Amino acid sequence: MPQTILTDQVTSHETSGTKHHPPFEVDSTIEREANARIRQYPAEHKRSAVLPLLHIVQSKFGYISSDAIEWVATKLDLEPIKVAEVVTFYPGLRQHAPGKYHIRVCRTLSCAMGGSYELMDKICELAGIDRSQTSHHNPVAVSPCGTWSVEFAECLASCGTAPVCLVNNDFHEDLPAEKASELLKSYK
Amino acid sequence: MADSAPATAEKLPKDLAAEKGLVNVQVDGTWVQVPAGTRMIEVCKIAEKEVPHYCYHTKLSSPGNCRMCLVQMGMPNRPPPGESPHYEDDGYQQISWMPRPVIACANTVTENMGIRTTGELVEECRNGVMEFLLINHPLDCPICDQAGECSLQEFSVEHGRGSSRFEEMKVKKPKNVEIGPRIRLDDERCIMCSRCIRFMDEVADDPVLGFIDRGTHTTLTVHPGRRLDNNYSLNTADICPVGALTSNDFRFQMRVWFLKETKSIDVNCGTGCNTVIWTRGNEVFRITPRENNEVNSSWMPDSHRLNFHYLHAETRLGDPFVKIGSKHEISDWPGAIAKTAEELSRFKGEEIAVIGSGRMTNEELYLLRRLADTLETDLLSLVPRVGESDGKLISADRNPNTSGAKLIWASRNPYAKLESIRQGVVTGKIKALIVFYEDLLGDAQFKADDLANLDFLVSNHILTNKTAKASDVVLPGAGFAEKRGSLVNITGRLQRLNQAISPPPGAMDDWEILRDLVKALSPDEPSRYLLEEVFGEIADEVEEFEDLTLSKISDLGIPIVETGESIPLLESEKARITAGEIVG
Amino acid sequence: MPKVTYIEGKEPHELERRLIFRNIDRKGWNASLKKYVSEGGYKSLEKSLRMEPGEVTQEVKDSGLRGRGGAGFPTGVKWGFIPPENKKPVYLICNCDESEPGTFKDRYIVHQDPHQLIEGMVISCFAVGAKVAYIYIREEFPEAAEIVEKAIKEAKKAGFLGKNICGTNFSCEFYVHRGAGAYICGEETGLIESLEGKRPYPRIKPPYFPAAMGLYMCPTIVNNVETLCHVKHIIEMGGKAYADIGTPRNTGTRILCVSGDVKKPGYYEIEVGKMTMGELLHDVCGGPLEGRTFKAVIPGGSSAKILRCSDTYNVSSPPGSDKREITFDEIPLDFDTMAACGSMAGSGGVIVMDDSRRMSWVLNNINEFYAHESCGQCTPCREGSTWMKKITDRLVGGQATPTDLDTLESVAYQIDGRTICAFGEACSWPVEGMIDKFRDELLADTAKDDVGISRNPEQEAQRRYLKEAPAPVGSS
Repeated sequence: MPQTILTDQVTSHETSGTKHHPPFEVDSTIEREANARIRQYPAEHKRSAVLPLLHIVQSKFGYISSDAIEWVATKLDLEPIKVAEVVTFYPGLRQHAPGKYHIRVCRTLSCAMGGSYELMDKICELAGIDRSQTSHHNPVAVSPCGTWSVEFAECLASCGTAPVCLVNNDFHEDLPAEKASELLKSYK
Repeated sequence: MADSAPATAEKLPKDLAAEKGLVNVQVDGTWVQVPAGTRMIEVCKIAEKEVPHYCYHTKLSSPGNCRMCLVQMGMPNRPPPGESPHYEDDGYQQISWMPRPVIACANTVTENMGIRTTGELVEECRNGVMEFLLINHPLDCPICDQAGECSLQEFSVEHGRGSSRFEEMKVKKPKNVEIGPRIRLDDERCIMCSRCIRFMDEVADDPVLGFIDRGTHTTLTVHPGRRLDNNYSLNTADICPVGALTSNDFRFQMRVWFLKETKSIDVNCGTGCNTVIWTRGNEVFRITPRENNEVNSSWMPDSHRLNFHYLHAETRLGDPFVKIGSKHEISDWPGAIAKTAEELSRFKGEEIAVIGSGRMTNEELYLLRRLADTLETDLLSLVPRVGESDGKLISADRNPNTSGAKLIWASRNPYAKLESIRQGVVTGKIKALIVFYEDLLGDAQFKADDLANLDFLVSNHILTNKTAKASDVVLPGAGFAEKRGSLVNITGRLQRLNQAISPPPGAMDDWEILRDLVKALSPDEPSRYLLEEVFGEIADEVEEFEDLTLSKISDLGIPIVETGESIPLLESEKARITAGEIVG
Repeated sequence: MPKVTYIEGKEPHELERRLIFRNIDRKGWNASLKKYVSEGGYKSLEKSLRMEPGEVTQEVKDSGLRGRGGAGFPTGVKWGFIPPENKKPVYLICNCDESEPGTFKDRYIVHQDPHQLIEGMVISCFAVGAKVAYIYIREEFPEAAEIVEKAIKEAKKAGFLGKNICGTNFSCEFYVHRGAGAYICGEETGLIESLEGKRPYPRIKPPYFPAAMGLYMCPTIVNNVETLCHVKHIIEMGGKAYADIGTPRNTGTRILCVSGDVKKPGYYEIEVGKMTMGELLHDVCGGPLEGRTFKAVIPGGSSAKILRCSDTYNVSSPPGSDKREITFDEIPLDFDTMAACGSMAGSGGVIVMDDSRRMSWVLNNINEFYAHESCGQCTPCREGSTWMKKITDRLVGGQATPTDLDTLESVAYQIDGRTICAFGEACSWPVEGMIDKFRDELLADTAKDDVGISRNPEQEAQRRYLKEAPAPVGSS
């Protein structure tokens, strides 16, 4: 039996975090923002706007769905695979809904020496997250309630204040495992 | 000892080369002269030194990603400031070798450069890359269709280890994926050389292939819902150096080492793509494009290469038939030819018409015209077959030999008389019709009732069809892979069709059918024993063929006439060569 | 000029010389244009606009400035590579994709002093003839992107950017382009591909040297944030005066980022070559943690080869003098000596490990980073980086043999020098360095022989099968 394309590598999936994000829908605001970004690049090179457009999508809808990939492709006159090539390359672009608060813990050397693995374990314990099912293709683990999700990130470039993490767009430093509970409380 | 030029007045090698617009490059100790700016890998080819490679392809951009072509590079010693360079006794400057290897596929050569394709460093690099390519490879050669023509297999014989040092889990990827109607993908075999992606981006203009994920997980795929169904998709299987992309049509049909290769040409349109016909016994298994930079580059449309299965169809005509009453009866060849000649001699010249095909060879067309001359009719025409050009390799003229017909028949439009012949058949003015290689109810647009008006219809076919059914005599012929001959493509290039297999027993080569028919009608005609004799007659008669023989036409053909036509894909390729994007 | 005072607890060390980081952690300082201009901001731009572009480049050449991104290539020379006959547009790209582990300086510049960067960039654009510049900011700095975009707007409004800058004929536009979390985008041609909307696969050089064939195949200059900031100061003080800072061939100041096992990790701006490793670690950073001793240091970001603190090094110090033995603490912090010691100054990220650290664990952490970040374009790095990680995974778990260590070392050398970009070296040097310096310690973590070693589930299953399978029918 021939296999179909392993779609979970290319397309998005529902998670318990889905409910915290609006479904993908293009309105005039998004069009306007997208067009403004496209204008940053020479007209014959509008492909350059792939990343900016994907950032717009992710910031509005939490993750990048298949529909969003098609929209970006159409907008930039590309085949959708050329957008998927980019989406799947960057860990900063997600194809699965994260939780309402997405926590990225730095796991690279200085943070690891400073206790970032312990921090991750503590956050998972407090948020009830099971990381055992994460994989290269889907590194994000979401709590059953959908409020929290975690992911290890590579060097967040604040090695002097290790361990550090990002919660959505907020940066937190000097965060040993003991402070995990305090961190989560500040977002409740 | 002079520290600049040798004492003699002789010119230095660099000056001798420069006079010819060339530079001297040393490859493994031997000096060769090549144009400046030639890629190192091409220089090695000229010097007959093999440089193994996977990602490099002369018709595609060079990303330099496989790293298999690493060689050692050396530059002439740079003289200290203010001093002139020192030349050795042999007239060359000493070369200092760089400690770091470079890729031969993208680096270009300059005067007095050195290349080493052997030695410890190069060997180490190749062995290393080979090992890396194999650690995550499934090593499933026993069930892989690429076996026998796989670059991984080939280079691992020379550069591989006897056993693996890799003891970890291999990366798992999708296998046996149908990415298009004609192509199947095994991602675990893929070595990420990106040739197929570049082909679809740069040549086919249909960028549906891409890599997803990154690092060791990088996976070749099409987007969900999209397919690789371009008419050039099978070229990706040709250029895939491993068994990642294979042809659904050829898959599991035959091990390639059992196949015989015959160089020939495609007869599906006026371009006349150069091909290799792969056969075993009397069966064609596949057809692949053969590089000809004046015709088809390295490519070929899927629709053309797959159009050979009919040669082995059940409807294939095996023996001549003669209609007795309303029933076709099997005849022998002398009987069928005699019957045809006898019937034809009942008619006056103006009552006979001859319809041939633009798919016939020059030799057949020549004999067809002799036949018309013998019968004293000037009602001779081909059946036009026109489509749309695909802007690449498929020309609007779907007949492969219109240019040949124009020359051989000395006619500006060999299709001109088809309509008046059709009218003549309808009105009954034409009573006898000779048809070669065409189904009149097909592209010629005759109606079944029209044929009923005829007193005598003789036709030559490969497969049974309605014209054959209506014929009084049916003369089964040979398919394109079963005969020899020459054709002239739309650009005016004379090319050779070669015989890869035999026609079915009972069928006959078309030129021989025509020869026998002409001889039967006119015993004064010369006896022709070889196809070469027919070609000789053409050469005597047609200016463009003067001094040529069949064997003088090389595998790549020769231009014999200016038609003013061009092949669009070659034009875009030329632009890319000029821009330095590809070697060509 | 008002006296500069700093936020309590964040005062610079007395051995520092603050140029780029002058305004970082300053009391009463903010990122606004108003503040920046009130302290003489954009004066260097005005000065440069009164010069010829070639003169600006010459000042940078005279300054001896070497790129602060990691490779240490002379900036003025890089600018000079733009073909003189060029007719295409020229682009400048600011590389703010700071991602070499152990490095954390760009964040503070763009957060607290964005106009310093913008001023340096406008001057650089003027020098190289760029009408458009992109600031490539890593995705993990979302706030930085907003701050820079706001600063760009301010600068445009004030006439320091946009059309007819400072009333001259020179016009230039800046745009922010955000990355999405890929270390490889720090490589300049990878960054360019990313900016073009493609997968950030580094290009082969030759032929794709950015100064000739960069963004959209046009001449492109890619410089690091810190490098571009230095340009502002070079114009301010003059190239020759700038060259007096630091040591010959290693001029100016540079920011060192210290992390790991020291009392006071953080960023320190020093004159290049004027401080030794011992001064940095003991005096500036307060020495090792209580009860600990320094064991090893990675001096220039995680791809630099590790140095052992108990070793002596045979180098010419100062450069040009005869070679002599120096201790680890005596190593001067400059580009050339660090290379002579067998490592590199790289991006200035100093990662310190004390005697509590297990080197197999450290190496595995680094290997995991590179295996994750390998773009996968070329064979040695794609396959080798993950292979090395898989071996150290086992090493950490006690499931590796001494032979595996040999394999690990040879895999590293099989990558080194054979890849498209410098990532090959970045991922193989840590392994080479670690095995070179700590072979005995790593060997102590291996199992002596093959017995009971579990390499992978497939092999395990096969072993079980062979052990448990009944004898084939017909065998005696």
